[in-house]
Amino acid sequence: MRRFLAIALLSGAACAFAAEPPRVAAPPADLFKAGTLSPVMPAPALMLEGSDGKPVTLARFRGKVMLVAFGFSNCGEVCPITLATLAGARKKLGAGGADVQVVYVTVDPERDDAAQMKKFLGSFDPTFVGGVGTRAQIDAAEKSWGISSVRNTNADGSYAIGHSSSIYLIDRKGGLRAVMPYGHPSDDFVHDLKILLSE
Amino acid sequence: MNRRAWIIVWPLIGTAAAALAWAGFAPIHVPSHDELFEIPKGTYARRMKGDKVEILPAQIRLTLGLNDVLLLRNLDEVPQVFGPTIMMPGQSLRLPFEKASRYDFACTAHASGQMTILVEDEPVMPWSKIHWRAREWWENRKK
Repeated sequence: MRRFLAIALLSGAACAFAAEPPRVAAPPADLFKAGTLSPVMPAPALMLEGSDGKPVTLARFRGKVMLVAFGFSNCGEVCPITLATLAGARKKLGAGGADVQVVYVTVDPERDDAAQMKKFLGSFDPTFVGGVGTRAQIDAAEKSWGISSVRNTNADGSYAIGHSSSIYLIDRKGGLRAVMPYGHPSDDFVHDLKILLSE
Repeated sequence: MNRRAWIIVWPLIGTAAAALAWAGFAPIHVPSHDELFEIPKGTYARRMKGDKVEILPAQIRLTLGLNDVLLLRNLDEVPQVFGPTIMMPGQSLRLPFEKASRYDFACTAHASGQMTILVEDEPVMPWSKIHWRAREWWENRKK
């Protein structure tokens, strides 16, 4: 009887290897690491003041690949990591990095003015441009981009802001192509930026 | 147990053992990496009327190497925010995952406004394959 059981086990395992078709192939390498949107539609508008003193609009950077993200200069964790990742990706792209423009829009207009954002972003990459404006302008930008931000006030009156942390990838024509959730390494950005830069 | 009873029991045990061996060793076949979910037309309108419609599960389970791409289609007439992005009417989001983890996203298609995606490691060991198959069978049975 034990022999019967052994035969049953072996025949089951043999069937497993013989009868089952191979599982579906891995996705091709040209697919984005980020989440991709289809069909591609124009990125939502931006009408803000830039940390470099010039207006921040999508039209200004048309022809470049844009990375747009939202955050604030007093952010202790998410924003510094995001900005360091983006700076690393630009550096890894070498000469191609010159065609990549990072725009970081504040969700804290009460504390982030153009000078503050310039200082903050400059510590990561001097080419990064911050988007600042009035509370109404920032609220409008958040709404059109689907961004959420919540102010958490501490007992001493200081506050932090919980906010959407994804990075938006915009192609040279201004189309919103992909969204990279927070936490991806710079190599994933390099991978996707190379696809967009080659178009 | 008498000999006649054993004649009935042993084939059953053998068949179960063979099935377990198959479930533990056979490569898992899936037709696509994509796990598709759709936000139907009229979702926003129904919610505005007070209908607590739940059109997406509160928790979606994905498995690396098998179904590790979330494909979300907005068939509604208004934009919907799903996690990292806003999706226009008619737009799809294809979101691949490469790390096993728990992901919490905001989602306007949910009454709670939240959605969790659990991404699990690829089942490689026999026991994990058996577990994966059993769970798939159980969940498909309920559909």
